[in-house]
Amino acid sequence: MKAAPDWVNIFSLPGADDIYRARLDNGIQLLVRRNESSPSVVISGYLPGGSMFDPQEKLGLAHLTAAMLMRGTEKRSFQTIFDDLETAGASLGFGASVHNVNFTGRSLTEDLPLIVDILQESLRSPVFPADQFERLRAQMLTHLAIRAQDTAEMANLKFDEILFAGHPYGRPEDGFPETILAITREDVHAFHRRQYGPEGMVIVVVGAVEPGQVHELIQNSLGDWRNPEQPPTPDLPAVQPRLELTRLHIPLPGKAQVDILMGVHGPRRTDPDYLAASLGNNILGQFGMMGRIGGAVREKAGLAYYASTSLNGWISAGSWEVAAGVNPANVDRAVELILAEVRRFVTEPVSPEELRDSQMNFIGRLPLSMESNAGVAAGLLNIERFNLGLDYFRQLPGKVSAITTEQVLETARRYLDPDRFLIVSCGPEIKIET
Amino acid sequence: MADDVLREILPNGLTILLKEIHTAPIISHWIWYRVGSRFENPGQTGISHWVEHMQFKGTPRFPAGALDKAISRTGGVWNAFTYLDWTTYYETLPAGQIDLAFQIESDRMRNSTFEPSEVESERTVILTELEGSLNEPTYRLAEAVQKASFDVHPYRNEIIGSAQDLKQIQRDELYQHYRNYYTPANAFVTLAGDFDAEAMLGRIIKYYADIPGGLPEIVHTQPEEPLQEERRVAVEGPGKTTYMQLAYRAPAASHPDFFIFTVLDSLLCGPTSLNMFGGGGISNKTSRLYRAVVENELAVSMRGGLQATVDPFLFEIILTVRPERTPDEVLGAIDQQISRLQDSLVSEDEIARAVKQARALFAYGSENITNQAFWLGYAEMFSRYEWFTGYVDSLSRVTPEDIHRVACEYLHPSRRVVGIYRPTGEEGGNG
Repeated sequence: MKAAPDWVNIFSLPGADDIYRARLDNGIQLLVRRNESSPSVVISGYLPGGSMFDPQEKLGLAHLTAAMLMRGTEKRSFQTIFDDLETAGASLGFGASVHNVNFTGRSLTEDLPLIVDILQESLRSPVFPADQFERLRAQMLTHLAIRAQDTAEMANLKFDEILFAGHPYGRPEDGFPETILAITREDVHAFHRRQYGPEGMVIVVVGAVEPGQVHELIQNSLGDWRNPEQPPTPDLPAVQPRLELTRLHIPLPGKAQVDILMGVHGPRRTDPDYLAASLGNNILGQFGMMGRIGGAVREKAGLAYYASTSLNGWISAGSWEVAAGVNPANVDRAVELILAEVRRFVTEPVSPEELRDSQMNFIGRLPLSMESNAGVAAGLLNIERFNLGLDYFRQLPGKVSAITTEQVLETARRYLDPDRFLIVSCGPEIKIET
Repeated sequence: MADDVLREILPNGLTILLKEIHTAPIISHWIWYRVGSRFENPGQTGISHWVEHMQFKGTPRFPAGALDKAISRTGGVWNAFTYLDWTTYYETLPAGQIDLAFQIESDRMRNSTFEPSEVESERTVILTELEGSLNEPTYRLAEAVQKASFDVHPYRNEIIGSAQDLKQIQRDELYQHYRNYYTPANAFVTLAGDFDAEAMLGRIIKYYADIPGGLPEIVHTQPEEPLQEERRVAVEGPGKTTYMQLAYRAPAASHPDFFIFTVLDSLLCGPTSLNMFGGGGISNKTSRLYRAVVENELAVSMRGGLQATVDPFLFEIILTVRPERTPDEVLGAIDQQISRLQDSLVSEDEIARAVKQARALFAYGSENITNQAFWLGYAEMFSRYEWFTGYVDSLSRVTPEDIHRVACEYLHPSRRVVGIYRPTGEEGGNG
């Protein structure tokens, strides 16, 4: 297959000729795409300041700081911030991941200046009120207590801890009760003062907006922001390759289901084999009703309501995972079936038909993913984050079509070694085969 | 007919609603059947949801697995939902591929085979789905509250059904349920997207007009008496977190009080979006209850809302209690806020604010073609499409006196269910 199927008009997708991209003097990267027919506007972005900057004993500091931004600024109290937003029917929120502080907001078009104003106040002049700090801390501790009872979350926690041992991806951004308790309001203040600044910041705006006007708006609110203290982003350590199969179970009483999470390292988003891995992943555990794995575990064996794969290629490292939820009596059988499918996947090439199906899925879904402002904004953020190029979406159909079954197999073999899988499960006590 | 919607009823009873939207080269196709947990008999709870599962397990034309692969091949997305009052199936596809949706839906309306081996396979899949839900304390609490909120009406049952019924329902019962309710006269086809409505109507008629089948027998649900006194339900389980769920009887969506109650809910708990697609809603931090219970450090979180149903269902408030507080302390603060609504009038400004919020949510939802196709059918399940197009206007007509009356009539403390999930403090997991 050489070209995109004729039902996909690639020129309806964002490209260099309709994405406005400009860099402010202080380092902020702005991207704007006009959506004339929309009554609303989305603003999304990130800046460095994630959990990779947390000291180990205060894990959760970046997360807490991000959550505190909207709890009061020099000009607006917490109540005023949310009164202004909610009266307009608008929304704005901040969160921290490993690398970055992320934000996203939405409003009717005419309220974009309001969102930008609250955004810049929250970023530049938060005051971290003491009562709000304690209230938020209490909420986070309750959230952690709830997390400790969630079988999928606990499996995920342990899985990341082992797979990414010694690497920031192995630590939860929301920390642990003892680390959250160790954080002081002064820590949050200091973290914000040191970390938050315009270097490395990206802002994306999508809606019925005029790019030049948006540029002016951003320039006026954030253009003079400087933080000489802002540290450079350190390099992250290499991940430790897996050497053998590891299997463990986290008992959690009072539950009806076991959540299984298993996998290995995967490519980074920017690795040249990412696309071949992604297509392979679609065949293995996504296409139709969760691909080959869904077919084996749910459709044929009836063991699971969900059994699927995910390829999580990120900035510094990646993972290739299989997840399933099963009755405690069926854990071993489910694990067996999944490993058998993985083994098949790395032993023989996928059929040309399977590959073509997934290629057509990747291409056909592009216009659907770009239907909304939020979808376009997410796409533009990824282009910027991974330096994919402004014509990425228009070039993608051609790149997808060029992948061969040999490349899919070669890539699968590079990562998916069933004898080096990490298998974590969480739920009622079970005896596991090792 | 509202706006720019083309409406047609075929001789076989199938109702079609079509709305042109030319902002993206996609079309969303939904088919709705008037069948859900409200239609189920004792011993057969979960049967409608199970039939939904079986709709993916094969017809002669589309054997099991073929249908979802066919859609994925186009890059389209699909899903299906079973609710109290309806079951729906949708496909959103690149516009040029829409015929596939017609092929699939017109075929499985009457031709699903319900192979015994597939029925048994889905039995365990659905039991696993149920087990996944039972892992959540909030599900177990919601289940108990729903049960206690109705004595005779089928709304008391979970849509997924009880484990007991799921273990014993037989293939022929499923097939009978399917044949009874999956008929053109009991169905709506709704489309929104990049097409010409008249031309699209012609294609739909080609696929659906010859399908036979009349209306199913009308299910008479026993009317539910009002609650006479407050009911308390206790659920226990692992963990360290206490949850509380309050349920008051609410009006049916087609009742004029529903719009008044919606504004009341906005003021008390924050605006609720009824959109199924189109992104998240608006925060509720300036709502009366958030200020009363979260800012006063009695609860860690609070949310509330109504559902749009055919028969009267519930207005519910769900809270996570702060560890050092008791449920009764939280309840006391809630009761104070409800008394406030019953003792004094809200201001017109507050109502206007709630209407503006609804207008914004409406605008957000209008941008998503799948959401627009959803609303064409969803509103018809409990009312008519004009209920949706006139929604914001209906809210703007609500007065402070209306809210006062509804608060007094519906939020009586003796007419509610109070459910509490208490952790037993078993150690498990050090997250």
